[in-house]
Amino acid sequence: MELSSTQIGAITVVAPKGRIDHAQAPLFQQAMQSHVAACTQEGSPLLLDFSGVDYISSVGLRSLMLIARSVGAQKGKVAIAALQPTVREVFEISRFHLVLKVHDTVDAGVAALGTAA
Amino acid sequence: MKVRFWGTRGSIPVSITAKDVRAKIAAALRAARDRAQPIGDDAGIERFIDSLGFAVSGTYGGHSSCVEIETGAEDTGNEHLLCDMGSGARAFGQRMMERYGPARPQTYHVFMSHVHWDHIMGFPFFTPVYIPGNRIVIHGCHAELEHAFKRQQAAPSFPVDFSLLASTIEFDVMAPGDTRHVAGVTATTLKQHHGGDSYGWRFERAGKSVVYSTDSEHRLENAEETKVFVDFFRNADLVIFDAMYSLADAISVKADWGHSSNIVGVELCQMAGARRLCMIHHEPAYDDKRIDSVLAETRRFEEITRGDSALEVLSAWDGLEIVL
Repeated sequence: MELSSTQIGAITVVAPKGRIDHAQAPLFQQAMQSHVAACTQEGSPLLLDFSGVDYISSVGLRSLMLIARSVGAQKGKVAIAALQPTVREVFEISRFHLVLKVHDTVDAGVAALGTAA
Repeated sequence: MKVRFWGTRGSIPVSITAKDVRAKIAAALRAARDRAQPIGDDAGIERFIDSLGFAVSGTYGGHSSCVEIETGAEDTGNEHLLCDMGSGARAFGQRMMERYGPARPQTYHVFMSHVHWDHIMGFPFFTPVYIPGNRIVIHGCHAELEHAFKRQQAAPSFPVDFSLLASTIEFDVMAPGDTRHVAGVTATTLKQHHGGDSYGWRFERAGKSVVYSTDSEHRLENAEETKVFVDFFRNADLVIFDAMYSLADAISVKADWGHSSNIVGVELCQMAGARRLCMIHHEPAYDDKRIDSVLAETRRFEEITRGDSALEVLSAWDGLEIVL
């Protein structure tokens, strides 16, 4: 699973690429582990830049659910940004836009996470 | 084969209310008022009704699980196949009594997903069980199969004890994976995830196949388990699938409640190369408009995730018939 990360101010922006399908989802989750661990109340808020993700399956969405749950338990902050149009549709059909805060752009996500209480 | 749905609602029967009916009439009158052309004669009225959309012109209905499979076999005598005995079994029994009356005994093979109340509650109201000469064979994999049916008719829950039923009633307790040859059809069963377990059924005849998989929580993150279900659904002409919840609900607040989502239904059918997906076990809190909306979204999801071949997506309603 190809995944890059950058720091924008206090925010860690993680950008996976490609398909997060049934085979890739466990690798995605594994690659996210250290970022999730650092996303605590005092640590770095986490923004997932999904501009490079062109497909996500139910198992991939479940990985996002587990990430959101772990971050929530640590009182950290996580959001997602820049969904491709079809991935955004999948989010809405599966109701995952109610699980994770979705931002139109990375900039909007960074701004929101930077100012959120 | 022909599949006829007598009960499609999940967990508990529901009914549309006077408020719902009024909203449908109002929507139809508004559509009539806004037309440029008059509706015209009776045929025009029928065309106008069809144009309104199912959420206005019809209703998905409220009976709990009951699905009839007409095998189409000519040499099956008077045998009928049914999946589950939810409240829809009452209407099915009435139809059978209208067709055959008390003088022409019939045999009913019932294939049970499990014995939760919404799947057995139609049995005491299934008129053929009171008619001498009729034979009812209840197939299932739960050791408590007989006990569950007898208990719901025992005092003080019901006025007519099971022992007073005049038909011949047999219980066929099968092992998971067992097969039965009934009314020209081969029926195979598979254990599913549900509180107290449930069982899916695959029916095959003359190159056609129907899978009935309700009250099952499919967990696709387990590759081995997924393969078992993909093989069970493989190339089915019709998969009748419990899509009660959204995916987000099914894997969070309603995890371990024993039901699946439209997303997982589409993915499993796509992996299996199934031809049609028919969603069933509708959430009782959903009205017709909401079920219509879930159907439209599911069709769109199928479209944007489609591989080489299209999967037809339907949403079951009480009275729907699907010819295979």
